[in-house]
Amino acid sequence: MLLGLVQPTGGDAKILGCPYSSVEVRRKVGFLPEDFRFYDWLTASELLDLHGRLSGLTAGELKVRVPAYLELVGLSAQRDLRLRGFSKGMLQRIGLAQALIHEPELIFLDEPTSGLDPMGRHLVRDIIRQQRARGATVFLNSHLLSEVEITCDTVVFIKQGEVIATRDLHSSPEGEIHIAIRVGPVAPETVAGLSQWASSVQLAHNRITLSTKSMDALPEILRHLVGAHVDVYEFTPQRLSLEDSFLNIMGEDPSS
Amino acid sequence: MNQLWIITRVTFLEAARRKILWTAMLAAAAFLALFGTGMHYQTKDLLTSRDIPPVLRYQILLTMLQVGLYAIDMLAVVMTVLTSVDTISGEIASSTIHAMATKPIARWQLLLGKWLGFAAMIAAYIALTFGGVIAVGYFIGGVVPHGALQGALLVYLECLVLLTTTFFFGTWFSTLTNGVIVLGLHGLAFIGGWLEQIGSVTKSPRLVMVGILSSVIMPSEGIWRRASYVMQSAIGRSLDFSPFTTRSAPSVTMVAYAATYLLVVLALALYRFQHRDL
Repeated sequence: MLLGLVQPTGGDAKILGCPYSSVEVRRKVGFLPEDFRFYDWLTASELLDLHGRLSGLTAGELKVRVPAYLELVGLSAQRDLRLRGFSKGMLQRIGLAQALIHEPELIFLDEPTSGLDPMGRHLVRDIIRQQRARGATVFLNSHLLSEVEITCDTVVFIKQGEVIATRDLHSSPEGEIHIAIRVGPVAPETVAGLSQWASSVQLAHNRITLSTKSMDALPEILRHLVGAHVDVYEFTPQRLSLEDSFLNIMGEDPSS
Repeated sequence: MNQLWIITRVTFLEAARRKILWTAMLAAAAFLALFGTGMHYQTKDLLTSRDIPPVLRYQILLTMLQVGLYAIDMLAVVMTVLTSVDTISGEIASSTIHAMATKPIARWQLLLGKWLGFAAMIAAYIALTFGGVIAVGYFIGGVVPHGALQGALLVYLECLVLLTTTFFFGTWFSTLTNGVIVLGLHGLAFIGGWLEQIGSVTKSPRLVMVGILSSVIMPSEGIWRRASYVMQSAIGRSLDFSPFTTRSAPSVTMVAYAATYLLVVLALALYRFQHRDL
């Protein structure tokens, strides 16, 4: 809808301060559709040339950027091959290049790694980081939550068209941290003392499990155990994964 | 405006790259070879025959030329519909349009650019094939139709009407449905044209009216009959009654109606494409 493919039934929206229906604002926007299809009778370099021209690049700019972006997505060797001979992964790479060639300020990537092997995914992650470093904002739409967790700063959960939760993945991690500690002999009062930093403290078979809400508690807990002369063999904090958050949030939602 | 020409260029390039244009040209070349052979033997036989007066010989060769032009008209109509039937509906169905429509290009530029690309391709096709038949007539048979340029332009208008109708229905329906509708409408106009001609011979005004009504719904065939009429000789106009010639010719008003029809349908296609989800 923001890109003008679907007509809204009501309301209004702005992109980069311009009305969503503005054609001109799309010079600053890049898009890789999920169901990506391109003219398969074009070669890889012709496709980038076409999309670059449509995005307003000059002939001089295209001369530099077409080979540069083919190189970026690892398709320099296939520059003169027609797209009809490309695999899904190769199409996804050229699709990414066409979304980026005009160096947009805002980039929408819809499932950009769904057809890629691990090397390809790594490449896409690097490209997204480069775009972020360039100052662009990247919207990554994905059901691969591990991918989102590695790549994104902020995650938004959408259900039935409505934002039901937002998580900042780096600057202020939310959710409980579960800690598993393998210890030698330990006095019950030492274990009880951990309650000042954590909840759900349990001891079973030389293994303490507890939960805390703050990363700052971790050194305090370790210091407390070492100060009580407890032998610590293993100390493993585990943050709630994005997938767990996803399941929790969807579970919390009354409409689910 | 630059965006419009980018789309026009890529549409023309697509026709050439996907071998659509070349295959159509090859079919036309095969037809021209066959037609040229026929014209050659007919001319030779007529020259050796002492029973046929020169005026009639000329008329026979001119009618044969009309047959050739009629065949070219049919080939141009089929090529117009078959090449363009998939361009809007197919790209919407396959989502190919997503990457294009999200670029800084207005919807009207996208549709009009494609339309211009096809219009250019059809112009090239008609120029070469129509010119080919006329060259065969001139160099082998020694005959030239009257108003050849006017006739070619009318055939071009006929194809543009069909192209525009195909674009319009392409913004509403799937490729197959679109093809069925457009060819169905042209078939309706074709039958209507025949009824009008028969009505003209049998002096049945109601039959003529049915024919005129069919031309109002789809003016394509009517334009061909006008083209056929302007390319006939005076003798041919008074004698002939065949699919290749015209007894009851649509008026200039009909041509003006067809041009208006084209513009209105193009405007409707642009409106529909502008407001539909892709």
